Amino acid sequence: MNGAAVEVMGVEKVFGRGSEEEVTALSGVDLTIAPGEFVTLIGPSGCGKSTFLRLIGNLLEPTAGSVEVFGKSAHQARMDQDYGMVFQHAGLFDWRRVAANIELPLELRGWSKADRSDRSKEMLDLVKLPDFGGHYPRQLSGGMQQRVAIARALSFEPRLLLMDEPFGALDEMTREHMQGELLRIWHETGTTVVFVTHSISESAFLSNRVVVLSPRPGRIHSIVEIGLGERSEDTREDPRFFEASTEVREALRAVEDGS
Amino acid sequence: MPQSVHVSKPLRMVLTTLVAIGLVVLLWEGYKWVGQQTGDQIPGTDIDLLVTTDDLTMPHAKDILGELVSDIRDGRNTLPMSLYLLKKAWFTLQEAAIGFFLGLVVGLTLAVLMLRWRVVERGLLPWINVSQTIPLIALAPIIVTWGRLNDMPDLFSISLIAAYLTFFPVAVSALRGLQSPDAADVELMRSYAASWRTTLFKLRLPAARAYLFPALKIAATLSVVGAIVGEISIGTKTGLGRAILEFAQRYAVFPERLYASVIGAAFLGLSVFGLITLVERMFVGRTGEAAT
Repeated sequence: MNGAAVEVMGVEKVFGRGSEEEVTALSGVDLTIAPGEFVTLIGPSGCGKSTFLRLIGNLLEPTAGSVEVFGKSAHQARMDQDYGMVFQHAGLFDWRRVAANIELPLELRGWSKADRSDRSKEMLDLVKLPDFGGHYPRQLSGGMQQRVAIARALSFEPRLLLMDEPFGALDEMTREHMQGELLRIWHETGTTVVFVTHSISESAFLSNRVVVLSPRPGRIHSIVEIGLGERSEDTREDPRFFEASTEVREALRAVEDGS
Repeated sequence: MPQSVHVSKPLRMVLTTLVAIGLVVLLWEGYKWVGQQTGDQIPGTDIDLLVTTDDLTMPHAKDILGELVSDIRDGRNTLPMSLYLLKKAWFTLQEAAIGFFLGLVVGLTLAVLMLRWRVVERGLLPWINVSQTIPLIALAPIIVTWGRLNDMPDLFSISLIAAYLTFFPVAVSALRGLQSPDAADVELMRSYAASWRTTLFKLRLPAARAYLFPALKIAATLSVVGAIVGEISIGTKTGLGRAILEFAQRYAVFPERLYASVIGAAFLGLSVFGLITLVERMFVGRTGEAAT
């Protein structure tokens, strides 16, 4: 299909092939993600959702099948730096100030110092940390560090954002706040997001579609369409949000029942 | 509650150093005094003390410290012992410095090679460990003989001996530091399509600094030890090692002199240790206090 942001076809991933610890992490996975879409991958541990994300980012190579990103091979897309990545732990470099952390991908792309500094200021505004460019990561709270990591991932305006449980280490309040921030940024930038989580409410609140995975071997069990439209903090108390959450929850129960 | 007295940091360092020296002197003299009272036995027993406390074995602290300011002949000149030792230490410092930098370059190179190729790590690491089990005293004459056959100055041979000691902590700790970044950090660099070299310079080397500097402090003091042992086993005409060798031969007459020269060697070791600490502050810099 032309014009898809991510096209995953018949993908299989086997770790330690031929060894005694051979594990099939993913098997027979097909998924198409449209540009501008927000897709969440959810499933019990061991279902291969992080592996799935890393295959899209070409941090892992599939054993069989193909992964295309914006119509090119995943490898080419990584070489072209078409996506930004955010991990569970912010992974900021301690020895760099916040602004220098955000500028790291720009530095690697050979941007001039002035351009880099302009962009990191913009990004700090976007994640609402305008006064923290000169701080060191350790001086920031966990939520603030994660916002810096998002700013770093978005600094070069990638068309795709890959997020691996980015709010998993945050407390509930910070987490909800960050979800709101992420949706705002998503609206402002129009980027495609693939988001891994193990939180049902998070998946329902954030995404257009929730991809529910089943474990051993990881497969797509079902895909839940979330028709919530534009979200706000009120959405969290909207009956339709409960319905959406329930639908995801029931899909996950079906996974555990093995049906 | 009493207010704690605020003292500036350099002053505090001087004070703690003085207190530490005072404590050592007190222990020394206290032990000596006890030994004198009991006839070199542990009080209340017939068990002999490990070290006898006569003035030949343990000269009084004031005699040792006094020796540092009393005159000694150096060729045709006469000068205070402390200056004499400082002059000798200058030679030793040069050998140690060359050895230190050689060890640094060799150690870092080995660490990067071991990082790059697993095979190199598996093949080389055991030999790096074995290298430190060879007695320096056996190795020194070999290095010197090679050096002289190749028209190298003895100073360089001694530096090689110092480097032999210093490359080890550098290689081992640098490798650990280079391998210290999280898998996620490495994945992040991969997501930027960063080359191995870029990842080395932007991620691994900066991350290794925290591991490297403690090892550099050890390496710096080892370089002094290596230089002194090198001087002693070669029989050079100058340097602290030479001074220690000479005073050791005349220990029966002037025991304080050997102790004074040992203090000189310790002082040199501490100086290079302090120097590396200063460089560390410049290179590692502040990374901020932890969030409250």
